[in-house]
Amino acid sequence: MSPDNIFEGASGSENSESNSGERKLGYGAAVVETMAQIMREDESVFLAGEDVGAHGGVFGYFRGLQPEFGDERVVDTPIAEQAIIGLGIGAAVQGMRPVVDLMFMDFICVAMDQIANQAAKLKYMFGGGAKLPLTITTAGGAGLSAAAQHSQSLEAMLCHIPGLKVAMPSDAYEVKGLLTSCIREDNPTVFIINKRKLADACHVPEELFEIPLGKGHIFREGSDVTLVAIGRMVDEARGAADILSEEGIDCELINPRTVQPLDIDLIVESVSKTGNLVIVHEAVRFGGIGAEIAAQIQEEAFDYLDAPIGRVAAPFSPIPFSPVLEKQYVPDAERIAAGVRNLS
Amino acid sequence: MEVTDEILIDLYKRMVRVRLFEEEAGRLAESARLPGFLHLYVGEEAVAAGVCAALKNEDQITSTHRGHGHLLAKGGDFNRMMAELMGKATGYCNGKGGSMHICDLDLAMLGANGIVGAGVPISVGAAYANKLTSNGLISVSFFGDGATNIGAFHEAANMAAALSLPMLFVCENNEYAEYSPRHKTMAIADVIERAAAYGFPGAIVDGMDSVAVFEAATLAIEKIRNGEGPMMLECKTYRFYDHVGVKGTASNYRTDEEVEEMRKRDPLVIHEARLVESGVMNDEEIQAFKDEIQKEVDASVEFAEQSPFPESDDILVDVYTNGGVS
Repeated sequence: MSPDNIFEGASGSENSESNSGERKLGYGAAVVETMAQIMREDESVFLAGEDVGAHGGVFGYFRGLQPEFGDERVVDTPIAEQAIIGLGIGAAVQGMRPVVDLMFMDFICVAMDQIANQAAKLKYMFGGGAKLPLTITTAGGAGLSAAAQHSQSLEAMLCHIPGLKVAMPSDAYEVKGLLTSCIREDNPTVFIINKRKLADACHVPEELFEIPLGKGHIFREGSDVTLVAIGRMVDEARGAADILSEEGIDCELINPRTVQPLDIDLIVESVSKTGNLVIVHEAVRFGGIGAEIAAQIQEEAFDYLDAPIGRVAAPFSPIPFSPVLEKQYVPDAERIAAGVRNLS
Repeated sequence: MEVTDEILIDLYKRMVRVRLFEEEAGRLAESARLPGFLHLYVGEEAVAAGVCAALKNEDQITSTHRGHGHLLAKGGDFNRMMAELMGKATGYCNGKGGSMHICDLDLAMLGANGIVGAGVPISVGAAYANKLTSNGLISVSFFGDGATNIGAFHEAANMAAALSLPMLFVCENNEYAEYSPRHKTMAIADVIERAAAYGFPGAIVDGMDSVAVFEAATLAIEKIRNGEGPMMLECKTYRFYDHVGVKGTASNYRTDEEVEEMRKRDPLVIHEARLVESGVMNDEEIQAFKDEIQKEVDASVEFAEQSPFPESDDILVDVYTNGGVS
């Protein structure tokens, strides 16, 4: 997909809590709409990042904000990821509610000191005195042949750091609800936009609403296997559930929505019903969020398990450029279905 | 600019508070009564005192490993500081931050920092908030000569200049990046040369003379408040003790002769001579002044030692604002 066409050709994939016939909005368009509505109601919110202003972001999901709010509330910054996060931290401590954008999720590595050692820890190190209502938006996910430095899913690195919250919207409805919650949250949050989802539309309410951070969602109920899927993998897992349904396997599909905090109770409850669990994520399998979920489930729900927990995730390699290899890299519905069939 | 008697006394008080507290902390560390690392500011007092005396209470500062001096010079509380150094619940950070993370948001002191250079981008953020809300405040970042070699400094300096932020960069050049001399870690004679590369003005200041620092800071701050964008001061100063801990002499990275020579330029000695010479205070008054502050320091040790340690349940408190642990 070209970065410029996110508002076109919305494919209309179904969303989690909506009915057809209501207003539809694209995933990328939901970012702009949410930002604009929040900035209208709260003057302490501003946006800063590389090319977020005049250009509207390289994926276009900040387009139209600078013309409406001016170049002080929608700030084009130098290419300086550490200083961008620092800008957000210092302003947040002063009572602003900044949204700072790291163009690609891979770039969090450039800014990791400010994210992990500063933003995440300030409140605790300062004995609770500081509030840090900081939101970091960033585009993650593979599938655009953007290769190894523009495609990663690094949520597990962020979840490991006490003090951060991490949201991974799987559709436009969640974009609006989770982004609203992140910006209104008094803790630093990372909001991971999946760049392959940008054109997908679904029903999104016109007015602002919040989806609580730390509450997962049962996307589809089922009795045989619990599928937990993160971010865009919810789409693929839904495809897998359809395939498996025809084979007589009834999947319950859970979307945690945020990976920190993680709604483990919802997963425990589901596993206690189905007795089987497969976890799906786009990040590499080793040390991924699936490992944490599996560990917690064997602690909390071991007696309910009928089989070892399965994980469908990326192989342990950098993300390859070639479309053929990249397709092989990212889990899809067929691979997820195979992962469920392999439960023994 | 007229440096009044009141200002001379104010500068002296700020420096003495830092000096006596720090010497006490050093003694406590040497007798193993303080846990963790201690980075003493002794020798560099004129910088923090001179800059902080030129600030409003609400102007924000970020600090370094060597942060006790900045907080005390801005008016920090002995009791809460000493308690924090001992890891007590009554400390500035409830015992969870310690020496390297000491902060006081009521004094707009946004924290010492355990990561070299990391406070500089945070000051950029505070300055941005000042600009956006037109509150007339400025933000100040203190950092060492060594920090100007780290990427975060470069990013922050460039961003502050590009966005024309109300921010003062204060380099405390004590000639050593931990244990490595400046000439081995950078190929320029003066750190201030870097300011020109970002497009903002700067000046070299005698960092052992609090009046010189105060005058330079006052001048710079006035311009910054008037919207002229960021500026930088390079304060040439010296660390009397080692990078961490106390000792300071008989070391393998600098000579005792050098330390002795620099101690002749002790900022307190320089200032005391000035106070006497200008008739503001005599020797007896100076001694009485120090005795008074030493009593406060002693009381802080007493306070800290009698304070409770945090409760074990406190370990998870304040990870997040609204509680909740995954």
